[in-house]
Amino acid sequence: MSGRLRWRKFVSGFMLAMTGVCALITVSVLFFVLGDLVLHGGASINWNFFTKLPTPVGEAGGGMANAIVGSAKLLGLASLIGVPIGFFGGVYLAEFSGSTAAFVVRYAADLLNGVPSIVIGIFAYALLVLPFKHFSTIAGSFALGLMMIPITLRSTEQFLNGVPRALREGSMALGASKWKTIQAVVIPAAYRGILTAILLAFARVAGETAPLLFTALGNRYWSHGWNEPTASLPVVIYTYALSPYEDWHRQAWAAGLVLLGLILIINIVARAILSRGISVPRP
Amino acid sequence: MKRFAVIALFALALGGLVWAQGTLSINAAGATFPFPIYSKWFDVYHKSHQGIEINYQSIGSGGGIKQVTEGTVDFGASDGPMNDDQIKVFTQKHGFGILHFPTVLGAAVPAYNIPGVTATLNFTPAALAGIYLGKITKWNDPAIANENKGVNLPATDIIVVHRADGSGTTYCWTDYLSKVSQEWKTKVGKGTSVNWPVGLGGQGNEGVMGVIKGQPNAVGYVELIYAIQTNTPYGNVQNSSGVFVKASLAGVSAAAAGAAKNMPDDFRVSITDAPGKDVYPISTFTWLLIPEKISDPAKRAAITGFLKWMIKDGQQYCEALAYAKLPQEVAAKELKAINKVQ
Amino acid sequence: MTPSAGPLAGSRSFLSRLRQGDEIAHLITFLFAASVVLVTVLLVFVLWQESVLPRHKFGFDFFFTRVWDPISEEFGALPFIYGTVVTTVVSLLLAVPLGLGAAIFLAELAPQRISDTLQFFIDLLAAVPSVIYGLLGIFVVVPLMRTVIEPALKNTLGFLPLFQGPAYGIGFLTAGVVLAIMIVPYIISVSREILLAVPREQREAALALGATRWESTWKVVIPFARTGIMGSIFLAMARALGETMAVAMVIGNTPTISASLFSPGYSIAAVIANEFREATGDLYLQALVELGLVLFLLTFILNGIARLLIVATTQKGSRTAQA
Repeated sequence: MSGRLRWRKFVSGFMLAMTGVCALITVSVLFFVLGDLVLHGGASINWNFFTKLPTPVGEAGGGMANAIVGSAKLLGLASLIGVPIGFFGGVYLAEFSGSTAAFVVRYAADLLNGVPSIVIGIFAYALLVLPFKHFSTIAGSFALGLMMIPITLRSTEQFLNGVPRALREGSMALGASKWKTIQAVVIPAAYRGILTAILLAFARVAGETAPLLFTALGNRYWSHGWNEPTASLPVVIYTYALSPYEDWHRQAWAAGLVLLGLILIINIVARAILSRGISVPRP
Repeated sequence: MKRFAVIALFALALGGLVWAQGTLSINAAGATFPFPIYSKWFDVYHKSHQGIEINYQSIGSGGGIKQVTEGTVDFGASDGPMNDDQIKVFTQKHGFGILHFPTVLGAAVPAYNIPGVTATLNFTPAALAGIYLGKITKWNDPAIANENKGVNLPATDIIVVHRADGSGTTYCWTDYLSKVSQEWKTKVGKGTSVNWPVGLGGQGNEGVMGVIKGQPNAVGYVELIYAIQTNTPYGNVQNSSGVFVKASLAGVSAAAAGAAKNMPDDFRVSITDAPGKDVYPISTFTWLLIPEKISDPAKRAAITGFLKWMIKDGQQYCEALAYAKLPQEVAAKELKAINKVQ
Repeated sequence: MTPSAGPLAGSRSFLSRLRQGDEIAHLITFLFAASVVLVTVLLVFVLWQESVLPRHKFGFDFFFTRVWDPISEEFGALPFIYGTVVTTVVSLLLAVPLGLGAAIFLAELAPQRISDTLQFFIDLLAAVPSVIYGLLGIFVVVPLMRTVIEPALKNTLGFLPLFQGPAYGIGFLTAGVVLAIMIVPYIISVSREILLAVPREQREAALALGATRWESTWKVVIPFARTGIMGSIFLAMARALGETMAVAMVIGNTPTISASLFSPGYSIAAVIANEFREATGDLYLQALVELGLVLFLLTFILNGIARLLIVATTQKGSRTAQA
């Protein structure tokens, strides 16, 4: 073997090993993030954290009960807004639309997907906070719901399109109308993929902070109904992390752990559904 | 699946509706300067008046002024009083005016984090102005060292910290600097948000304190209680009589004494750099911004009720949190002024 | 696709009922789809409308003014554009080699199962919210930068204006590092797909001519996939531009333009997050909205370019494979 060939082989082995190192570094960041959250936040996850309201500044023993419930309300309403629009929009694209309409709708969805979340916050503020003169859960949910639409829409379209034509044609041959076909045959066939997309969209907006800053604002108490400002996990993490109080820092870590844990679990479940690792009851 | 979803929706809506009855929720936002005492007050008030929740969001005085003007909160809070232009904007928007109600007195202190230095440093007005103008860049600069003989100041760069958001604490600090430094007055001026020559920005008093604690060789201005609660050293400031005074309840009350006797009807005064040898020069009132008309009778009753409670009973909580009580004359005048809220 | 002839042609009322079901479905789904278009148009409209004051007052000067002074009501976007660009560039300089390297490993070297498992973890990394990166940024990255990395850079490369000045720990460099971690998953995911789409024949031809594995990858596969990889970079760039929370927590919140990476700065998204709630005065608030509009346009353009590049590569791959 000539020297030059030996060198080239060495370079090849070295560079490929380096790429392995790159992959290792990237993946280890995930475990580092999780590990840090567990380390700093694990100890602070106690009964108080889940059940108590915030205490006055400087007094220990407060919790994040209102932020947890607030996030649940925000995400629940956001899903009610974003999922139907995304889902039925996707059905339209896959089943009913002509090519121009499809192009326009897809373009709009992609555009919406690329809008930075802080700009979505500005939009929701201008539309739902200013005219009605209060910060509210609805405004926050609207902002989050908007962010769920593009993912749901594109995935619904994609998975509906993936259903084989033979299934549709078979249904039609049996005398079902187009809508009946879609409802009873196509959608159930694509059910897994669509559900996965909805879960992923949900997980994506669960951690969003910026759009909530000027829509849901914050609340030191329980937020009643849907028209009041509400505390939420991401915003509380942000506020507490920037504060100088050790107790608040610990709570921020704990909240971070809870939030990330929730998001990761949803992601894992969603992907498992898609790869048929989990069986899902048919609608 | 569908049935379940429908039932869940119905239950959610119903729950939301039911839960909405029973408590009166009042939204307020503004200054971070008095947030420790306000959070205590609203908590105590809620415990003794179970049906009333006052949700105060500490987003900065600028935010308080803005949101009360927009009408998105029921009242605001600021340590920088609204200027005439801002009051005009409010009046034009709502058709009625806005009232300032002083709540407590506080001090803005220069807190610092210098490794190895635990002593209380003396700061002259020139030193503070120089630091914030970016002219004094090292801790062992003569302007600082001369007043602190015996303290081993390092030759490290001073890391200046200021507010990134619209702040009444900034207003108080820059108001003081404008009075003691002509250069500051012309170059930067006073306001809730200024064009800072140097420094890192922190969000709220909380954020500034957080930056100072995390950054060696940093100095920043915060309300007294933030330095105390986080065990951060803060310096003495030389007042107009030449005495180096440490921020204290006595020093702040002394600063307000003169203004208390001649308090204008709208309660907007500046008490920075007040004359007197016991005076702490960077003191300020902080105000609640209450609209003149509150249409909802329940809210009006709750807010005026809180104001009365705050003046009579609330004041007892001030000193434990290092805020000075309202002077007697001011408190009496305010009680009468509450009737202006219709 | 409704039967117009055949066994059901005779029962007209039955047919028309069927048709009505379809028409209603068509209408309803159309309305939902149209609402997506409507809300997007409305968003652009609102951004445009609510930034009218500074657009008229400053015009294009807005982009070149360094001053951001709420008291004198002088607003310039330059420090924020600078901060956004610098942090994005730093993040790309760190994330592209790392991401591309990892993508090469996943696409070329790793066996299918390992590649899929690692991709799964990388997808999870992409799901971590910005505020959590900010949390780690403040408590882990900033002290590390301040005590270890920035002094080390100062000692070795301090002759460059990039690495001069006090080591705050907060600033452009730290924000760039945190951003890099956040965008690496996007570079990896897209580049991996692109590399997998390169036809096998390309690699085999190179190897048959005597190239080593690395040479085949670096000199044949990657140039072939070049456009798509560029696309993934643009995609990552668009993400980095819009990141708000993590950047706001570690950038220093000071509208400064400085050659030093150690200096604190500001980004467009961060200043909007910090100052929006309290911008008293219409001009101030609308200047912030105009910044939002600028950000929106930037991400819009970058996303558009990204999409074109990625589509072009995947089509090229399939065309060449068919040839």
